Amino acid sequence: MGKIIVVTFVSLLLQACGVEPWVKPYERAHLSDRIMQFDRDPVVSAYEHHVYQAREAARGAEGGGGGGCGCN
Amino acid sequence: MQKVVAGVVVAVTDRLLTVLLLGTSSAAMAAVLPDDRGDLMYHGYEGGGVEVSGPSILVRKSIGDSFSVSGNYYVDSISSASIDVITTASPYTEEREEMSLGVDYLRNKTMMSLAFTNSEESDYLARSAAFSISHDLFGDLTTVSLGYAVGDDEVGNNTDPTFSETAQRQNFRLGVSQILTKNAVLGINWETIADEGFLNNPYRTVRYQSGDTYLTEPEVYPNTRTSNALAMRLRYYLPYRAAVGGEYRFFQDTWGIVAHNIELDYTHPLGKDWIFDLKYRFYTQGAADFYSDLFAYEGETNYRARDKELSTFNSHSLGIGVSYELPKVDWGLIEQGSLSFSYDYIQFNYDDFRDLTSSAPVGEEPPYSFSANVIKAYLSIWY
Repeated sequence: MGKIIVVTFVSLLLQACGVEPWVKPYERAHLSDRIMQFDRDPVVSAYEHHVYQAREAARGAEGGGGGGCGCN
Repeated sequence: MQKVVAGVVVAVTDRLLTVLLLGTSSAAMAAVLPDDRGDLMYHGYEGGGVEVSGPSILVRKSIGDSFSVSGNYYVDSISSASIDVITTASPYTEEREEMSLGVDYLRNKTMMSLAFTNSEESDYLARSAAFSISHDLFGDLTTVSLGYAVGDDEVGNNTDPTFSETAQRQNFRLGVSQILTKNAVLGINWETIADEGFLNNPYRTVRYQSGDTYLTEPEVYPNTRTSNALAMRLRYYLPYRAAVGGEYRFFQDTWGIVAHNIELDYTHPLGKDWIFDLKYRFYTQGAADFYSDLFAYEGETNYRARDKELSTFNSHSLGIGVSYELPKVDWGLIEQGSLSFSYDYIQFNYDDFRDLTSSAPVGEEPPYSFSANVIKAYLSIWY
């Protein structure tokens, strides 16, 4: 009995270290659908950020890369 | 006792092997390079006396299993008779040309990206370089990214060939993307931007009271600015094939501006060929400390601005979009294509930026407002 407890305990401990993903890879069909992308068409989002940045004081944290539009 | 230890060691070894194997197998399905695709877009903006249109071409191609390169060519053809221009200057036309090159490198669960951008106008030159690194963690449910960009601007003045100023910019970015459930994903982004140099527009003026009328003098901005923005985005897959998204961003800077924006969107595919999008965005900001629509006298403050983008205002945007997947035919290397069109209507309402085209007494003109129409039409191909 003691052996089982020790083995189970160590096993659980290691399992925690491994972090079991609570959404399994085979459960990600919906997440991988195009309509779930934050940035479905990069050419469009870059333009939209530029439209807003040119007319608003706020800037940044739009997601995605780039170095800002450098426009005045 | 020895048996127990041996049993534990075996269990530990097995577990470690399992963890290692799982780690290896999930690494294979972890971070992926972006799709190989090309986009050809025409963009058009019209509002407040300003018209901006032009093409944007974005091409991306992977090289082997680890690299993806991208290039973007973008043009803004500007024709401006904005409220500032018609009240203080003459209408003008201008062209801005921007080119970007980027490379992404994927190694196991880590993606590294490097990008260079060059933007040119007759009186403004901007160059920037950006680096970012992102890594998938916790069974690929979490992606953490870090980014840094540096920019160097040269500011000129078309009416004064001797005028030459510079500005430098640094961007620091932190992002987390988190899978919450099999139907929901959350993104959190932080960005700090620090500017130094000549930050105002050399053509713009402020106005000050002079008897019953007003006179103008050049704007003067501080030569440093640091801003912070924190954004949260959520996307949720509905019980039928459609998605809703929400976004909130908080912004503040050392010029005293605080801004918020929220956005809600709904994406609805119809059949396998059509995707419809609907979105609403609300933006609101407070004015910069040194903004005034009408200063009391010349040189009233050390720093002064009358740029409507630094005033107190809000805007509402309503957008619709449609995307049609082209019928599959034998296009050789091209696997898939789509045609898309979107239209946004934006209404800007200013609180303390007055409409100087009005003949009302100085300081009593009605607040300015205008609406803009934005269109995007684009062809996308995947290869």
